[in-house]
Amino acid sequence: MNILETLGKLASESGFAGFLAAGGWKNLIMIAISCVLLYLGIVKKFEPLLLVGIAFGCLLTNLPGAGMYHLDMWDAYVAGTPYTTEAGEVIEHLTFTTVLHEGGLLDIFYIGVKVGLYPSLIFLGVGAMTDFGPLLAYPKSLLLGAAAQLGVFVAFFGAIMLGFTGPEAASIGIIGGADGPTALLLTAMLAPQLLGPIAISAYSYMALIPMIQPPIMKFMTTPAMRQVKMEQRREVSKTEKIIFPIVVAGFVILLLPSTAPLIGCLMFGNLLRECGVTDRLSDTAQNAMMNIVTIFLATSVGATMVAERFLSFNTIKIIILGLVAFAISTAGGLIGGRIMYRTSGGKINPLIGSAGVSAVPMAARVSQDVGRKYNKTNYLLMHAMGPNVAGVIGSAIAAGFLLSVFGG
Amino acid sequence: MTGISETLQHPSIGTGALVAVLGYAVVFLGICMLLVVVTIMGKVMVNSQKKAAAKAAAVPAAPAPAPVSAPAAKGTAGELKLYDTDPRDAALIMAIVAHKLGKPINELRFRSIREVKEK
Repeated sequence: MNILETLGKLASESGFAGFLAAGGWKNLIMIAISCVLLYLGIVKKFEPLLLVGIAFGCLLTNLPGAGMYHLDMWDAYVAGTPYTTEAGEVIEHLTFTTVLHEGGLLDIFYIGVKVGLYPSLIFLGVGAMTDFGPLLAYPKSLLLGAAAQLGVFVAFFGAIMLGFTGPEAASIGIIGGADGPTALLLTAMLAPQLLGPIAISAYSYMALIPMIQPPIMKFMTTPAMRQVKMEQRREVSKTEKIIFPIVVAGFVILLLPSTAPLIGCLMFGNLLRECGVTDRLSDTAQNAMMNIVTIFLATSVGATMVAERFLSFNTIKIIILGLVAFAISTAGGLIGGRIMYRTSGGKINPLIGSAGVSAVPMAARVSQDVGRKYNKTNYLLMHAMGPNVAGVIGSAIAAGFLLSVFGG
Repeated sequence: MTGISETLQHPSIGTGALVAVLGYAVVFLGICMLLVVVTIMGKVMVNSQKKAAAKAAAVPAAPAPAPVSAPAAKGTAGELKLYDTDPRDAALIMAIVAHKLGKPINELRFRSIREVKEK
């Protein structure tokens, strides 16, 4: 046995040698990016539950030789072209079974994203956590949830202008819905090659909502508007809360069948919460299941941040368009709020409009904080929760529309 | 993405604008329809609650049942009279006596407990 030859072989096959291979420096950059994301998640606490997993998935996928995620395999799967395995075997038609045999661990996790399983399960958990009471007490706040989808379609149009394809533009636009699972579901269906940058953009801006929204809120409202104290709304009965998810699921899915996975799971989760006889299931959906799915979702989304795909000018364009989408969605909600302020004779505080972007409950908290800055006795939180949960429904409808147009 | 026309795969600026406007309109339309449904549902609920409340108010309140003294538990030995004694102390005394005698407390009969004051 030639020791030197063996050591040389070990060195050439190690991951370290991969950094010295052609394009290996890109992996180093991606590892540095994953460390920055870990820093933002752990130290700055920017959406840590997701960002830490995404960053670690990114780290794993960019370690040369680890083979945990195979970008070329998924490209072949999407394109329907033959795939050549590392052993040289050519597979004519890739299926999920092939992925289970030939893929790495993160490829297997990614199947859940690809089939839309994780975002739907996250919606189930979100439904179990959401109290639709404020929305039922003041149904007109649904309109603010619709108004705040403006950024989705402006960013979509912007992406078309910047040369993205229709499905890619739709996936970029949905960042403006400020709803992570919806953005991931739509992107996995329409433009999986953009999943990494879109996830990073969506979750980063959601974490930055307390910084992005207040300047826009101040710019678009007058001090007198910000001081408006809103009346207490009626009590919502238990029966009404039980009927609501059943009615909404039936109605919205019949209207836009492509929203079925999201709205169906959201409303099922809510029914588990409200019906009063499934407390154990509601608890599992809110906690254990949500945590498990978050781990799978975050790591598999992070895995898609492969150097050769992520380090491109398109990523920068997506980051910029994402910010535009968030800002315009906030502005759209505030325009809706101002209209309601006028039509109600000054009884509605327009600041609740910005909560129409569906980042629950962060956006509602921002409305509360900005409102209290101008009137210490003002409590807008519960009033803002109405538009906030309406935003979840609004963004699901927007995603359903884009899916039915570009989903083929 | 396969299965969609070239017009949608690579839309012109005009098509993009049309899709954007149409999409925003569809979101509003869907939400408006949902608003109508939720509002009707809320009204029905409020009315049924009002009706139920009115029904309950219309029924004359039943006369309060006459106070019935609870039957004495088996073995309870009537009422106990306390003289200058705190009920808590009396309970303690009865428990201690029952313990010392080795009998259940409800099989003993206490007529009165009086504090003996030293002069």
